[in-house]
Amino acid sequence: MQIEIRGGRLIDPGPGIDRLAGVYIRDGRIAGIDSPPSQWKADRVLDATGLVVAPGLVDLAVRLREPGLEYKATLESEMAAAVAGGVTSLACPPDTDPPLDEPGLVEMLKHRARLLNQAHVYPVGALTVGLAGETLTEMGELVDAGCVAFSQAEHPLLDTQVLYRAMQYAATFAHPVWLRPEDPHLARRGVAHDGEVATRLGLPAIPSAAETIALATILSLARETGARIHVCRLSTAQGVDMVRAAKKEGLPVTCDVAVHHLHLCDVDIGWFDTQCRLVPPLRGTRDRDALRAGLADGTIDLVCSDHTPVDDDGKQVPFGEAEAGATGLELLLPLVLSWAKRDRVPLITALSRVTADPARVLAMDVGHLRNGQPADLCLFAPDAPWRVEAKTLRSQGKNTPFLGHEVLGRVRYTLVSGQVVFEG
Amino acid sequence: MAVSHSVPSLPAETRSVRNPQLGPNGSLTHLLTLEGLPAEVIRHILDTAVPFTSISERDVKKVPLLRGTAVFNLFFENSTRTRTTFEIAAKRLSADVINLNIGASSTTKGETLLDTVDNLVAMNADMFVVRHSQAGAPHLIAAHLNRTGRNHVHVVNAGDGRHAHPTQGLLDLFTIRHYKRDFANLTVAIVGDVLHSRVARSLIHGLTTLSTPDLRVIGPQTLLPTAVQSLGVRVFHDMRAGLLGCDVIVMLRLQSERMRGALLPSAGEFFKHYGLTMEKLALAKSDAIVMHPGPMNRGVEIDSAVADGEHAVILPQVTFGIAVRMAVLSILAGN
Repeated sequence: MQIEIRGGRLIDPGPGIDRLAGVYIRDGRIAGIDSPPSQWKADRVLDATGLVVAPGLVDLAVRLREPGLEYKATLESEMAAAVAGGVTSLACPPDTDPPLDEPGLVEMLKHRARLLNQAHVYPVGALTVGLAGETLTEMGELVDAGCVAFSQAEHPLLDTQVLYRAMQYAATFAHPVWLRPEDPHLARRGVAHDGEVATRLGLPAIPSAAETIALATILSLARETGARIHVCRLSTAQGVDMVRAAKKEGLPVTCDVAVHHLHLCDVDIGWFDTQCRLVPPLRGTRDRDALRAGLADGTIDLVCSDHTPVDDDGKQVPFGEAEAGATGLELLLPLVLSWAKRDRVPLITALSRVTADPARVLAMDVGHLRNGQPADLCLFAPDAPWRVEAKTLRSQGKNTPFLGHEVLGRVRYTLVSGQVVFEG
Repeated sequence: MAVSHSVPSLPAETRSVRNPQLGPNGSLTHLLTLEGLPAEVIRHILDTAVPFTSISERDVKKVPLLRGTAVFNLFFENSTRTRTTFEIAAKRLSADVINLNIGASSTTKGETLLDTVDNLVAMNADMFVVRHSQAGAPHLIAAHLNRTGRNHVHVVNAGDGRHAHPTQGLLDLFTIRHYKRDFANLTVAIVGDVLHSRVARSLIHGLTTLSTPDLRVIGPQTLLPTAVQSLGVRVFHDMRAGLLGCDVIVMLRLQSERMRGALLPSAGEFFKHYGLTMEKLALAKSDAIVMHPGPMNRGVEIDSAVADGEHAVILPQVTFGIAVRMAVLSILAGN
């Protein structure tokens, strides 16, 4: 099978390419950029006139809900949502049921994902057994099974001694550790940012200090242990400043933000809109602006969807009882584009935050376009409008604060290993 | 809306952007909170309550305004006082009252809150008086009824979590107006556990809407919401300074489980700093009134000499509460 992508604007943020160029794909790999390889005869031509041709998106936080939580979503539905959103590589956190703390579970997930022949799945293993924060998992075995990093997902690690040991152990073998900074005591029972909205609505609140205290702990231990730390889902302006200082100091730390937090703040909770019940909580406008600026200047390395499909039963309840999270795979690209447009971030930089930058943190050979590489591509119409509606989303989770909004940026083709896996 | 660069275009009913308590023409469909309620609506409720105070003094304490109306008291959280006053209010209006005590959690029986509501609507409920431990539960029910085209069924919030207790707020406003005539020159202090108090939040919204010029909250930092100033109040940690020149003092109830722990060292220390005694009361205006939503903790937030003294209007509050609830029910029923 030989595919030619003709007439598109090729943007490959890694090497800094942004120009009109053809892409030639043979046997699932990129065989030529600009000019075809020898003896070229296309079996299929994709007309990319007016489209951006970019590396497939790399999303570092996607809950596929398997194993154990299939009533919320299935691998089939979420993998279809991924490619519909142009995502060709994704990392999934270990908070499944049971958690990804055994090689068998990881192998099964990878196997099931491979059969679907869609996006590449990179499981993140549990840092501790059962995510209980007591016993380290067999990280070596889990890496052999396919884990790319270790995390506690949303389960707090109460015992700093265990966290310290886990980071020491991971550092010994150069396993990356991904942690979301939140002090579990300050966050206890909280469901909203400790600000004007929580004051008005009488919602139990989580102060910004819950993030900064935990972040200070993580950064101190990173300094101590040399562990490679990826900070997940920053939500506060102070958090952005702390990461900026840590990077300046030379700590091996990277970090991300969830795409919802670039656009929304606590005010959007309105009258108890459970679609805005997110973890970490949506914070103030100043926090949101700092996150946007931090992502633009590279303090925040990348943006992820933090895709969390939740069924209606989890959202049609009072705010404080609602299950946290939003579906995001299909909104990642449009929401990144709208951030870039509004903040005048060059398109190539914006795309870098969902391709080359997450690929660098993942330490996988994805997120860029090069001769001989497996052809993972996303072709999208950057200005095509569409309305976010339950019926337009392929994810089983219809839970998003953006329901009813019109967004720009529509994926036309997604290719994984040279196969067209989505056409829109 | 913070998302200014994508176009919000959905009917507001399907999202929780708009307060579901006001109908498209601005009429009161549900009573969920005093926040955002226009001053004329609040005044209308208070005016409507005035004649109802006399019904309670008659030999036959009944008017036929709500004859044939089924009022469901839907209490997911324990309450005797509020439930009873709603029951009395509905019965004096000749409504049929059905009391349901569903317990602390909507999920104990496996039935969701909205399933429960749908079942009761199928039994031809006309009005729900809802108390729930979770902030926003009455909003959820009201939005659900609106969305499913059943906005002829009305919801009255009888207290949701720490969020709102609008009928208590209204009866407090009624009491203040009864004794002080007007809000235009008043200094009002709310004292104690504002953080956990839906009563305080509702009263603050009501008083700011009616343009009360000097509104104060008094308490330790642990019992005040972080952004309490944003509600339009001045914060005092020193009770003596806060009470100076007050026309109205509203004491809040301190829950016993909060008297000793990380919020406060002891009930005794709380009383020392924030308990209302005759000596502290003397700092307020000589004709100041003292209010309390009840039930009172004598010797914790209020000294017996004050509670039983000539400044206290705590029992009239209870009486007015029935009239105000009658007004709310009859307005919602379209009278």
